[in-house]
Order: sequence, then structure tokens, then C-alpha cells
Amino acid sequence: MLELFVISTLNGILFGMLLFLMASGLTVIFSMLGVLNFAHASFYMLGAFFGFQISKWFGFWPALVIAPLLAGALGAMVERYGLRQVHKYGHVPELLFTFGLAFAIEEIVSIVWGKSPVDFRVPALLDFPAFTLFSTNYPAFKIFMLVISIIIFVGLLIALKKTRVGLIVQAALTHPHMVGHLGHNVGRIFMLVFGVGTALAAVAGVIAGPALVTQSNMAGLLGPILFVVVVVGGLGSLPGAFLASLLIGLVQTFAVSMNGSLAGAFGPLSPDLATTWLSDIWNVTIAQIAPIMPYVLLVLILIFRPMGLLGTRET
Amino acid sequence: MLSFGHAVYYGLGGFLAIHAINIIARNKFAIPLPLVPLIGGMAGLIFAMLLGWVSTKRSGTAFAMISLGLAELVASSALILRTFFGGEAGVSANRTKVLRLFDWSFGPQIQIYYLVAAWTLIAVIAMYALTRTPLGRMCNAVRDNPERVQFVGYDPHVIRYFAFCFAGFFAGIAGALAAINFEIANSAYLGAVQSGTVLFATYIGGVGFFIGPIVGAIFVTLLSLGLSDLTQVWQLYFGLIFIAVVLFAPGGLTGLLMMHWPLIKAGTLGRMIPAYLIAFVPTLAMLVGFILCVEVIVFHMVHAGGDSHIKAFGIPFDAENRGVWGIATVLLIGGFFIARMTWKMIAARWDDALNEARAKGVAA
Amino acid sequence: MHKRHLIKLAIGASLSLPLFGTAAMAQETVKIGYIDPLSGGGASVGEGGLKTFQYLAEELNAKGGILGKKVEIVGLDNKTNPQESLIQAQKAIDSGVRYITQGNGSSVAGALTDFVTKYNDRNPGKEVLYFNYAAVDPVLTNDKCSFAHFRWDANSDIKMEALTNYMKGVPAIKKVYLINQDYSFGQSVRTQARAMLKAKRADVEIVGDELHPLLKITDFAPYVAKIKASGADSVITGNWGQDIALLLKAAADAGLKVSWFTYYAGGAGGPTAIKQTGLNHQVFQITEGFANLDHKTSMDFEKAFRAKVNLGLWYPRAVNEMRMFAAAAEKAKSLEPVKVAQALEDMKFEVFSGGEGFMRKDDHQFFQPIYISSFGDRTAKEPFDEENTGWGWKLAAKVETKDTILPTTCKMDRP
Repeated sequence: MLELFVISTLNGILFGMLLFLMASGLTVIFSMLGVLNFAHASFYMLGAFFGFQISKWFGFWPALVIAPLLAGALGAMVERYGLRQVHKYGHVPELLFTFGLAFAIEEIVSIVWGKSPVDFRVPALLDFPAFTLFSTNYPAFKIFMLVISIIIFVGLLIALKKTRVGLIVQAALTHPHMVGHLGHNVGRIFMLVFGVGTALAAVAGVIAGPALVTQSNMAGLLGPILFVVVVVGGLGSLPGAFLASLLIGLVQTFAVSMNGSLAGAFGPLSPDLATTWLSDIWNVTIAQIAPIMPYVLLVLILIFRPMGLLGTRET
Repeated sequence: MLSFGHAVYYGLGGFLAIHAINIIARNKFAIPLPLVPLIGGMAGLIFAMLLGWVSTKRSGTAFAMISLGLAELVASSALILRTFFGGEAGVSANRTKVLRLFDWSFGPQIQIYYLVAAWTLIAVIAMYALTRTPLGRMCNAVRDNPERVQFVGYDPHVIRYFAFCFAGFFAGIAGALAAINFEIANSAYLGAVQSGTVLFATYIGGVGFFIGPIVGAIFVTLLSLGLSDLTQVWQLYFGLIFIAVVLFAPGGLTGLLMMHWPLIKAGTLGRMIPAYLIAFVPTLAMLVGFILCVEVIVFHMVHAGGDSHIKAFGIPFDAENRGVWGIATVLLIGGFFIARMTWKMIAARWDDALNEARAKGVAA
Repeated sequence: MHKRHLIKLAIGASLSLPLFGTAAMAQETVKIGYIDPLSGGGASVGEGGLKTFQYLAEELNAKGGILGKKVEIVGLDNKTNPQESLIQAQKAIDSGVRYITQGNGSSVAGALTDFVTKYNDRNPGKEVLYFNYAAVDPVLTNDKCSFAHFRWDANSDIKMEALTNYMKGVPAIKKVYLINQDYSFGQSVRTQARAMLKAKRADVEIVGDELHPLLKITDFAPYVAKIKASGADSVITGNWGQDIALLLKAAADAGLKVSWFTYYAGGAGGPTAIKQTGLNHQVFQITEGFANLDHKTSMDFEKAFRAKVNLGLWYPRAVNEMRMFAAAAEKAKSLEPVKVAQALEDMKFEVFSGGEGFMRKDDHQFFQPIYISSFGDRTAKEPFDEENTGWGWKLAAKVETKDTILPTTCKMDRP
């Protein structure tokens, strides 16, 4: 029991950190531009595929730097030539624009790299078990993932709250005209923020690609849960996203490790109810519903604390 | 308000309708098939009433997120509540087994066609009537300026909630009709893909116009059925068309057409036509070039080494042929530059025509 | 602005174009509608299937076709969606197709069986047959069986029967863990595994029984932790697609050492994943044939097929399907679906991988020898590798046709 508990905690933290890696970019874009980027998971996927391609040519470490830069540049271009045109129509068309973009990116990726998973390997330098706990190995690569997430979290917080650039960026969101009058190029600030946000997603992609599977449907797989993280944490709050990622990672992992069901707790259902829909609820185990836990959490949060865990505003 | 979870009500309506058909057939209730969509509609309404209160608390982006979360929740639960939703395979029914009216079995597809058409007509009329009621007017007001609505003494939340419930009702009817048509309801009905398609349709058709979603639905259905026969990468074109609509025609297809209304009234539309015709040629060339490029690239990426005589959009060509590559590039680049000039010309003509219309006092 | 019109126009014009070319040839060919995903997530699998069927049609045509008519495969994209499948089926029927074949997704198969049965009821004289080459939900040849439906793949119960017959003879298996996708197919794998293991190897302990959501898990580490904690030595799983690849990957990461008994480890992407994890000859699969089977004609076929299509033959059963279809039509001397169906019933056939199979009349299920093979290093006896990994499948055991026969609950309405 202790063994499962410790391992589940570790797995939960690892998964949570991966979620945060992805959600951080989304949160930055949202808190800065007010745009909910539906194509965010697509940039995560682009990061993974760029990383795969570059690491095939130059090795993993250059890929870790170049792939996010590429994806970030692409993101900046999307902002400059796409989103900015739509901006004048309001936030909803912006959202729809990214929605269409997600469609197109997925198809382009599957044209270029095919629909089957590609063989993206963990770099040899990190391909060893970091430590062994209760005879379960912990790959060094996952620990690396953990470290990178924490670095990004701390780095972002400092960049936003303590540096001059961060302050200008924050000011540009609420008072774009004032910032403009002060001599800053607001358009360029927005473009940079969007670029940085998508680059962060790509970092997550390069790191998650070898750890999970690199495939043209990976965006659709993680997309919805990212939004849960962002909403549960509080729209636009970076510490909130951090907390929510951890929470969701842990909740999901622990739910998987539990076998309990109502039938287990209260004994089997009486036979005359056995064929009704009640029996489904009665017999379903917690492990089975683990993947919908984040959505349950989302609904609960929306009912009891609509601004999210650490959010400050209602909308 | 942007709902990413509209399929929930559509799907639940469908499931309820299928179960209703089965129950009616088993117990020989005297309910004819044409009334079944009403059951689906009620199902959609009831679930919209249940889930709507939470989700309509906020509008805009937050509402979109909440609806997405709820949709995922319901869609995932559908696979767990197996007895009701029939798991992955879904629930099926036989529509011919219910009470017959006027000797209509509803077996042949043509009878279903009329049934669907009749219900659609009823729903369209009902919806149009709805937009003419005070509630409908208030809905528009909430969309345009919720704060003002509050000043007038209405709660925007309540109005959003009502609108949401009605939307759920009509989605339920649609779901029931789909269920009757296909005689099966499964969890794909509830999924994000379904919601996404509806959204695409509405937006491409044009929000803010009553007939917009109708135009959009027809267009998108044609696209998704037709495009996948014509080209493998239909999703790409689909996404690009959507982006193009958002970028260039924020009012959707209907919006584009409606823009011409003042010109027609002023009788200056005739002036636009030559400009359109001139622009048509290079723009078409550009599009053809683009499609050729995409298809050639797709061929080299996906089918490398296969038979190079491919067929896209029903037109066969040789993807290995350098000549084709050249033509594609020339069409794309040349078409783009010439087309850009003609677009400018159109814009100038447009201003002209519109100014004259304004002078005549028929356009704002 | 007017660009939108043009796109619409262009698409409208191109929509109407393909309608012309096809109608003229309808008389001289036997059309088989292939309804499977040709776009989206399942497309890599669907494309492979389409190429297989086209190859088989060419093979038949080279021998003069069926009753002198050329065979034509019409590829229809169903996007793995049951509703879309019905639209495509209707479209196919409208264009003169009388035979439909489909394989991916039991939900699609269920919808199609239903559709075809009802269609035949309502349109007597215009019957359509549905040849199922890969959907293995047992219900299709039991409670939901239909005269119009024929299945060439062993259903999941038959595969489990074969697998447990093999496991019976391996004393090293003591603790088994079941992990399956949470839907009808995964459920039936799990229930049958429990029942059959209990009957055949009462000493085997089932230490875990997991259902996880279909194609939604990105990280299987928590599940692997549970398997590890249970002390299992073997895992039985019906997982397919990314669910098997990710599961194996997570297991290799955590250093889990067990034997894997799978249904679909050989599917698209599976071999790549196994090679990545380095599980050498620890992953087994149950099929009706595989590339390295020591059988002259199938090996020759495999070689020619790979040279032409650039893919391994995933569906030896598709070969059986097409060849039996031709044989049945010749026997009935007709291409009328009802007569072909009657000829197929109880038909005996020398299957592609060697040995005799037969189409049971009671439920339209095909029975054939089943093979269990493991994936890993090759010797001179295994010439073919998979997905350029260098590894290939090696025979572990053969289960004869007679050991795969299971009773059915089918009560079929016959015309």
C-alpha cells in the first residue's frame, strides 16, 4: 500500500509538471492578450515534431533550443498576420481563428510526418534509471522534465513580476494606448508575448515527445485537459495554473490506483436492479472514471469558486 | 455566446428519441413517429435547464470553456453509463415498428426526408417567431451590451439562460431527427467533433443573421461529405476555409451577401459585376495553383513512390511531372499578385458604389 | 471579399465533376464498397486496408475477375464514425454497390449490420451483403447476428479461446493481470479471459483487472505501477493503436518484466513501439497468420505484396475474404448477393496461411487455424521484419481450427 502511495505521488507530480509545462504558455498568452489560444496544443505538437526532426539531424540538445525558437517564430507570425487582423472583431473571433488553425496544423503535421507515431527517442545521455524505488525504475528523463518545469515556472514569475519588460507587458494589456504613448510598440509586445507563449508549448512538446508518443493526434489528446488546468487554476493566473496542474496530476494518478466502487463499499446491488442504468454507476470503479476526474473538478470549481483557485477576476 | 458543447443537447435528444422509439414499439403506445422529435426536444430542453444555469453565469471566453468542460464530462460519462448509452456501439431502433399514420411506414428514405423537412420548417418558423418576441429582442440586447441591459432592469444571466434553454430544445429536436434518420444513437453524437461542426457551420454561414446558420449548415455538410471524396486532406482545406472566413468575412457567407443589399437598392450593383469578373480569373488561378501545390506536396509526403497519376477534385494529373509543378507555382504566385491588384480595384469600385448608394440615402 | 464566392464556386463545380465519370462503368464491374477511415486518426490503418483490397482485386482481375467481371474497390471515408458510415453506405448503394466491406471499429460494424439488415428488409430484390474483415465484437455473430453479415476475422472470444488453450500448456504463467480498454470489445476480452482461465487453469491467479478509457490516456505510468505492485508475471490486453504502444512504453520505462499477451501489438505503430522498449520476444499476439509463418504460398504472396504496396500484409483474412467471395460466386454461378450468401454458408476453404477453414452457417463466423507469435530478434527462418525495425514475428504456437470452435446464440432470420 505504501509502495503504491509513494509511486502514485511521484507519478502524479511528474504528470502534473508536464501539464504545467504546456499550460504555462497558454496562461501567459491569456493573461497578457486575453486570447484563449485553441491552437496551443497544436504548437505543443509542432514542438514535438520539430524536435524529432532536428534531433534526427543534430541531436536532442540542439533540438531543445531550436525547436521552440522555430515554433515561437511561427507563433509570432500567426499573431502578426492572423490574430492581429481578427483582433478588431473581438475575442470570440480570435478564439475561432485559433480553432481553425488547430485543424489546419493537425492536417499539415500528418501530411509531413504521417499519421503513425514517429520514433522519437530519449537522448542517450538521459536514458538511464535515475533511481529505483520499490523496484520501480524512475527514468532520468522524467526527472529532467520535472526540473525544466520548475525552472520555467520560477523564470516566468520573475520575468513577469520583477523585470521591466514584464511590467511593460502587463501595462500593455490594460492600457495599450498609454503604453503606446510612452513610446513602446504595443503591437510588437503582443507579438512577442504570443511567440514566447507558443515557444513554451513547444518546449513542452520537445520534452514530452520522447516521454509519451509523438503522433499527429497528440494535440487533440491533451488539448481539452489544458483548458481545464487553466480554468481551474484561474484564468490568467500563473501560480494558479501551477497549482491546478499538480492537483489534476495527483487526482488522476491516485484515482487510477484505487479500485473502490459503490458495489465494493455497500455490497452488490440487488438483482432486480442489476440490468438498469443504476448498475453502471454502482459497479464502476474509481480507476475507471479517473480520466473524467479533471472535468468533474472543473464543474465543481465553476460552481463553488467561479474565478478558479487563484484567479482574481470573474471573466 | 460561443458554445463548444452544443452536441450534448443534440446527442441527449437523439438518445432519448431512440429509447422512446424502442419503448413505444415494445408497449404499442399510440404515439406516431412524427411526434418523437418532440420527445428529443424536451430532453434537450430539460438538460439545458439543468446544465445551463451554471454555464450561462458568464459569457464570452469563460462560457466557451465551461461548455467545453461540460461537453467532455458528458461525452466521457456516456461511455461509462453503458446501459443507457449503449457504450461504444450505441443504441439502435427500428423506426418502422411504431404506430403508423395514414399507412406511412417511414421505411423508405424519402418519407424520412419529408419528415425532417417538415420539422425543420416548423423549427425555423418557431425560431424566427422567437426572435420577434420581447425575449428575442432582449437576447440581442444582451449580446450587444449586457451592462445596458442590467441598467434597464433585466438580469443578463436569466436572459442568457432562457436563450440557452431554447437552443437546447432545438438541438434536441435535431438530435431526435438524426436518430430517426440513422436509427442509431451513439456516443459520437455527444462528442467534441459534433459540437465543432455545428460551430463551423454557424460561423461560416454568418452569426447575427437569421438565415446564416442555415446557409452555413448546408455549406458545411456539402463540404464535409463532398471534400472527403475529392481529396484526402479535406481537413486542411476545411481549416483554411474557416480561417479565411474569420479573417476576411467576419459576417460569414450571409454577411458577404448582405453587404450587397444597399447596392442592389441603390441600383449600383451592376457596376461591381465587371470588377468581380475581372478578379475572378486571377483569383481562381491562384486557388487552383494552391490546390495543385498542396496535392503535389501531399503526394510526395504521403504516397512517395506510388503511382504518380493522382486525381484531386476529380481532375487527374501527374504529380511527378515537372511541368505540373511549374504550372502550379506560376498559377499560385502569378495569380496572387494579379489577384491582389484586382482586389484593390474591387475595393475602389466598392467604395464608389457604396458612396453613391449613401448619396441616394439607402445605405448607412 | 469576393474570394469566398470563388472558393464556393470552385468547390461547387468540382463537386459535380466526379459524378459523371463513374456511372458508365457500373455494368461491367463488381463493385465492393470499402468503408473505413481514410482521413483523421484512423487513416493510416484504413489506407493500409484499402491498398490490401485493391491488391487483391488486381489479383482476381489478373485471373479474369469474378464470373468474367472485373472487381473494383470503391474507397469510402467513414472517419471512424458510425453515422458517417451509414451515409457512405447509402451513397455506395446508390451508385450500384451490392457488397460492402469494413473492419475498423465494432461500433461502426454494429451500425452497418443494422443498416444492411434493415435495408434488405425494406428493399427486397436489391439486397446488400456486408463482409466484415476485422471488427471482432462477439455480439455481431451472436445476439445481433444477421444473414447479410459475414465475418472473416476470429471474434474476440475465439481468440481468447485459442490464447487460453495455449496458456494452458505454459506452467510459468501463474499470476495474470488484465488491462483493457473500457468499451464493448475490451469488456468482452476481460470477461472471457476470466471465465476461460478459470475453466482451463484454475491455479492461475488473476491479480488485477483494469479497464481504462479508450484512446484517452497519455501516460500509462500509474497503470504500470499498479501492475508492478500486483506481482503479475503475465498481462493480457486487447489494447490497440496508441493504447498498446503507450502501455508498452510506460512498462519499459519502469522496468516491468512480464510477458504480454496481446490482440493487436502487430497493428500500425505497434512493432515500432515494441522495438523502442526493447521487449525482445516478450510480446505475443494472436492472429490468423503472420509474415514469417513457414508456409510457401503465403510467404511468396507476402514478398510480392511488400514489393508492390510497401507494407506488411496486416490482413491475411482479407485474402480469405476476397478469394472465398470469388469462389462462392463461381459456385452459385451468380453475383446476386442472396445466392452468394447461400453459397458462402458452410463453405470449406483452404485458408491463406494453410489449413482448412469454414464459414459456419449458424452465425456466419469463419473458423480457421490461429497462431500465437512473439516479436523480437530474427533468425534465418524469419525473413520478414516489421516497420523497418529489424525485428520480426516468430511462431510460438498454432491452434487448430477445431480448438477454436465456440457455440453461438445466433438465431438468424433467413430470406
